[in-house]
Amino acid sequence: MSLQKKRPNVPDPELLEKLFRTAFKIRVFETEGIKLYRQGLIRGYFHPYLGQEGIATGVCAALREGDYIASTHRGHGHCIAWGADVKRMVAELLQKETGYCRGYGGSMHIADIHNGNLGANGIVGAGTPLGVGAALAAQIKGSDAVTVTFSTDGASNNGTFLESLNLAAIWNLAFVLVIENNRYAVSTRIEESTRDADLYKRGLSIGVESHQVDGNDPLAVYELTKEAVRKCREGKGPILIEAKTFRHMGHHVNDPGKYMPADELAYYKERDPVDRARNALTEMSGIEQSKIEAIEDEIRKEFEDAVEFSKASREITMAEFEEFAADY
Amino acid sequence: MYRDALREALDEEMQRDPTVFIIGEGIAERGGSYKVTEGLLAKYGPHRVRDTPIAEAGMIGVGVGAAIAGARPVVEILYVDFAMLGMDMLVNQAAKFRLMTGGDGRVPFVMRTQGGTGGGVAAQHSQSLEALFYHIPGLKVVMPSVPADAKGLLKYALRQSDPVMFLEHKHLYMTKGLVPDGEHVIEFGKADIKRPGKDVTIIAWSNMIPRALEAAAKLAEEGIDAEVLDPRTLVPLDKAAILASVAKTNRVVIVQEAVRRGGVASDIASIIQEEAFYHLDAPIEIVAGLNVPVPFNLELEKASIPQLPNIIAAVRRSLHLKSDATAAQ
Repeated sequence: MSLQKKRPNVPDPELLEKLFRTAFKIRVFETEGIKLYRQGLIRGYFHPYLGQEGIATGVCAALREGDYIASTHRGHGHCIAWGADVKRMVAELLQKETGYCRGYGGSMHIADIHNGNLGANGIVGAGTPLGVGAALAAQIKGSDAVTVTFSTDGASNNGTFLESLNLAAIWNLAFVLVIENNRYAVSTRIEESTRDADLYKRGLSIGVESHQVDGNDPLAVYELTKEAVRKCREGKGPILIEAKTFRHMGHHVNDPGKYMPADELAYYKERDPVDRARNALTEMSGIEQSKIEAIEDEIRKEFEDAVEFSKASREITMAEFEEFAADY
Repeated sequence: MYRDALREALDEEMQRDPTVFIIGEGIAERGGSYKVTEGLLAKYGPHRVRDTPIAEAGMIGVGVGAAIAGARPVVEILYVDFAMLGMDMLVNQAAKFRLMTGGDGRVPFVMRTQGGTGGGVAAQHSQSLEALFYHIPGLKVVMPSVPADAKGLLKYALRQSDPVMFLEHKHLYMTKGLVPDGEHVIEFGKADIKRPGKDVTIIAWSNMIPRALEAAAKLAEEGIDAEVLDPRTLVPLDKAAILASVAKTNRVVIVQEAVRRGGVASDIASIIQEEAFYHLDAPIEIVAGLNVPVPFNLELEKASIPQLPNIIAAVRRSLHLKSDATAAQ
């Protein structure tokens, strides 16, 4: 430990452990969540974050309390990385009253407004203006909070991308736009959607500092975001980060993803973000294997407990719903 | 004047609450196309009074996001027609957020805009689109007809917690009316009887109120005592006031500038027939715009929205009187 502290390029072991814990927790949540879906316990839509864990993990580790995030339809990973209570997340997916949205929202709408999570979003591209709005609110209130919107390659072709990033730029807002470029907008390959698949260049065209990073490397994502967040707090925002990544399966749980070539998938699976978080922890902190196994067991147990908690929870009653609806 | 009343409301609320801010096209230095925000930049500075690029989806969305994060934005959209560019943000974001978060998240967002015909401004700058917003649960719809209501309702809009479509009318900005001194706040969902009467209830809002009052004055000359009821807010709608008036007069004429098809008037008529059917002595009359885009030609524009004779004729029909207008044709 003491030796490592003398080497400036070796990250803090606590950070490495945190990154691994987050990435692994997302992996467990999605893998086990899909099982619950197949059992019929989860209804509606479920867009797994499998394969993209490195981005939410790295970005959220660079934020602090008081900051804001806005997410996408593929939002479970962002919530978990933001520190959401897995119990309340599972309860929401199981449409229970103890869920984050009391069962009114579901997978695509988990939000925790009291803790800076502006929510997932069922409309591709909508999180960007909402995030810019939160950054504007922070500026007007004189707060140094930073807002991150997780967006997608698909959303980059939506009008809101230019309209709202441009507003953030002219008003110098503390806003970081993270484009998770997983190369597919549902099933449409990025080469069919744009002439230039390097989406960070779009930020440059409107005077926004823009970067590209390997989204499957949680540590690299963390370091770049930390720098971006620091600049934003100094009034040098907004900043765009394009994180290259890949989905491990189709668009949602019932999409086999046959349009994704096997060799492309294999390439990215070899660069699996959870494995890389684990390897970074092992190689750079010298942690014992048994400790890693203990962490993994603890996270699996947390999910199992969340399922039990959710199963035991009640649903919203008709009387409660009628009272709620009457206010509309 | 109507526009001064709106400015007073903004000014007073900005003074009261430092999180109130205004964004829109040409609203800062220029003071807005209808001069509503004139002087506010000098008083509150460029942080709270900001011009935007021409990007309606962006500015509405940013306003909604700021509201979710606890500020109180007023987004001014030059014409309600242009709000169509931001419909996702209004319909899928602002209106849905409260329910989707199980009641935790609120969106204290105000979109100020104006609609209606304006004397040859043609099809893309003349619409009355309140029915689109009325149809979406989660949006409040406010349509003030007089300066006092404009002020009181805008002040209330900036104190409540839901997205508000504050729909002004381009013909009303220069109209005059008394505004009470001191703190003047009007809660949503409270209709106002603009003229009491006993023979027939004319329900109207926005720019159709002055026209309905003019009709009532003409009708009074021949001994017909019309009550003119202004709901002021279409969502929430003051059903109780409407039903009470119908119970008193037993006859209803609903006047809207918007096109007839799928309009708010039709919905109000359905509420009345459902809840006050046995009070009615005549079929409910609806006087509305034609189901057609508003033409540029001034005579055609006039023909496409309710005029004084149309309202008078409808009242006469409702009273089973021979209509002068019909006889004249």
